Amino acid sequence: MEITSNVEKTLNRILKDFSAEEGNIISLLQLIQDEFGYIPESTVGWFSGRLDIPESRFYGIATFYARFYQKERGKNIITACCGTACHVKGADRVINAARIELGLAEGENTTDDMDFTLEQVACVGACSIAPVVIINKKVYGRQTSGRLTREIKALKK
Amino acid sequence: MKTNKLEIMVCMGTGGIAAGGTEVLSAFESAIKKLKIPAKLKKGCSVHKVGCRGLCARDVLVDIIIKEKKSTYQYIKPDMVQRIVDEHIVGNQPVADWLATEDYHNFHEKQVKVVLSDCGNINPESIDAYFAVNGYEAAKKVLTLMSRQDVIEEIKRSGLRGRGGAGFPTGVKWEICGGVKNAQKYIICNADEGDPGAFMDRAIIEGNPHSVIEGMIIGAYAIGAGKGYVYIRAEYPLAVERLRKALEDAGKKNLLGKKILKTGFSFDIKVKLGAGAFVCGEETALIVSIEGQRGMPRAKPPFPVHSGLWGKPTVINNVETLANIPHIIRKGPDWFASFGTEKSRGTKVFALTGKVKNTGLIEVPMGISLKEIIYDIGGGMDKGRDFKAVQTGGPSGGCITADLLDINVDYESLAKVGSIVGSGGMVVLDDTDCMVSIARFFLEFTQVESCGKCVPCRIGTKRLLEILDRITAGKGKEGDIELLEELGKDIKASSLCGLGQTAPNPVLSTIKYFRPEYEAHIRDMKCPAAVCKELIEFTILEELCKGCGACVRACPANAIKGEKKKPHTLSSELCVKCGSCFDVCKFGAVKKE
Ligand SMILES: Cc1cc2nc3c(=O)[nH]c(=O)nc-3n(C[C@H](O)[C@H](O)[C@H](O)COP(=O)(O)O)c2cc1C
Ligand code: FES
Repeated sequence: MEITSNVEKTLNRILKDFSAEEGNIISLLQLIQDEFGYIPESTVGWFSGRLDIPESRFYGIATFYARFYQKERGKNIITACCGTACHVKGADRVINAARIELGLAEGENTTDDMDFTLEQVACVGACSIAPVVIINKKVYGRQTSGRLTREIKALKK
Repeated sequence: MKTNKLEIMVCMGTGGIAAGGTEVLSAFESAIKKLKIPAKLKKGCSVHKVGCRGLCARDVLVDIIIKEKKSTYQYIKPDMVQRIVDEHIVGNQPVADWLATEDYHNFHEKQVKVVLSDCGNINPESIDAYFAVNGYEAAKKVLTLMSRQDVIEEIKRSGLRGRGGAGFPTGVKWEICGGVKNAQKYIICNADEGDPGAFMDRAIIEGNPHSVIEGMIIGAYAIGAGKGYVYIRAEYPLAVERLRKALEDAGKKNLLGKKILKTGFSFDIKVKLGAGAFVCGEETALIVSIEGQRGMPRAKPPFPVHSGLWGKPTVINNVETLANIPHIIRKGPDWFASFGTEKSRGTKVFALTGKVKNTGLIEVPMGISLKEIIYDIGGGMDKGRDFKAVQTGGPSGGCITADLLDINVDYESLAKVGSIVGSGGMVVLDDTDCMVSIARFFLEFTQVESCGKCVPCRIGTKRLLEILDRITAGKGKEGDIELLEELGKDIKASSLCGLGQTAPNPVLSTIKYFRPEYEAHIRDMKCPAAVCKELIEFTILEELCKGCGACVRACPANAIKGEKKKPHTLSSELCVKCGSCFDVCKFGAVKKE
């Protein structure tokens, strides 16, 4: 991502909030991610320069926590739960079906056209309606491969 | 305190919303509006949301209270609302077909609700609703009538132990921290709830956030903390939203902030969002995470009560622990101690999930038998399958088998059989679950979540996982089981924090009770429960297949072919062994072996 003057304005605003947040790098990364949906490399460079903190400190933290994304994500986010309750109720099958429907190879999470990102999390806390899939922030309980495939197809249109 | 003549309560926890709670609520609102109730009666009417009442599997649940008579409806959809309004509210004749059935009431009968007593009855987004159930009375009492030592004594006398997993006596923790001389102290509410398969803390915060805040105010007063943090998972957006609203409302009523309730005590709470790391639930890791660093635990001592957040004395308590506090202060330590057993007082909230009929959130007195939980509250096994085991304590816990079902659920009894109460996850497994695969599942989780600081955990869990990988792939070797046991014990003995110290538990406990199942994988290359993909084959039984085509549509890999109404065939080359065909076949014509 290029740091245009518009982006720079945003970054300066984040910088101000960062000082309010007790200079907390996790909060800073959260602010960046809230803004851009992921953590663009260029922004890390920008903050590293401004704050005189080595980039490695940022990446050390960003790679430690699962919910920091270093790559741009798709337009639609499908979050499949693979926590224990969902696992024993067949989450694997549901996830597998989504992978096939989206044409994602092993290790891939985002479709080439940037339309979809499929992510897995361990428990979203809705275990009593397992297996659970969250599509664009809406929670769907008792998912089956068939229903999820249908939902994805509908989003593709 | 209920003065309302008509009250409609729609369950809108995460489960309720997923089932369409928002739409049901607005359907009721507009239907009631259309009734044109005269203004002077309107004051007695309220339609509002409530948090989780436990049985999310029946959502959307709706309670209708008319003149103090309560009826509960289950599986409500927006298009059912008008009929309920017409027949029940206008005609005073409940719609019998849609009322919750007997087992819904059985589900609640053996439960004792302390922490969850108001969850599911009050609007979690309204501080007035909390006031109406004596909310913040305990905080008022503490701040105006009790000394710090009084509070600590009461909590100690109640016998309350931490609900976050370790079960450390809360009063003792407060006393130690209270005794440390330092002008700056902190209290932290641990709402990281990383155990996959547990959602007690989420439900408490979504259903009654003020009770947690009140518990924190009381704790802060007792130890002398001026600032508090709630460290909450970002995976719980609704809980975060309701917590923030509750904090704001409490601040407006001067229950937080400077000189609370005109006393000399000032205290404020900040919310910190987690960023997705299980190990951050561990207290020392949580502390450095709040400080903005990689969440890696450190050796104890010093304990956080002496040196915690920014080196200051800090008390960390779990959500459920804190939510118990207002009740203990209000109703007295003896009342609280009257529930539970000698060493495990009070109640515990469990997330009952897996293969039981009624999955959901339950609160039971400590010491209740596992059988009562599974068969009376849980309604028995789902789909008439055979009970195999129940896994408690998640990735740090172990399993309990059928012959131990009479066991009392409390800290000591579960520890004796090699499991733990843990934070309260309870996953029921049936004969279609492979115990080796379950152990592998947990190990995969802990291996990924290991922070990497200490070698036994970082490398040990990896090696354990590799061995389990090869066993489930049919490539296990003689001696693997013994190797797992040896390695497991070493990891437990030498890891830095609770994550590594408990990570081998699921493996050791499944070996202890299900050794033959491990042996079948290694010696016969068979998965008795037909779960491990590499050890099973799917075939279609010609004599049973009706050629309905359901499996053809379900198969994501196009591995099934066949003409309509003629037996189909399954290509084992194309088959990805996902099991979709097995799930959809109504005739039992797909064989898994
Ligand atoms: C790996 C690991 C994860 C933990 N996760 C949690 C958690 O999610 N929530 C929690 O309250 N305690 C968790 N704990 C326990 C905490 O370290 C701590 O004991 C607890 O929050 C203390 O509160 P309590 O005394 O009220 O139980 C975890 C411990 C370990 C070792
Ligand atoms: S295990 Fe999937 S929601 Fe908890």
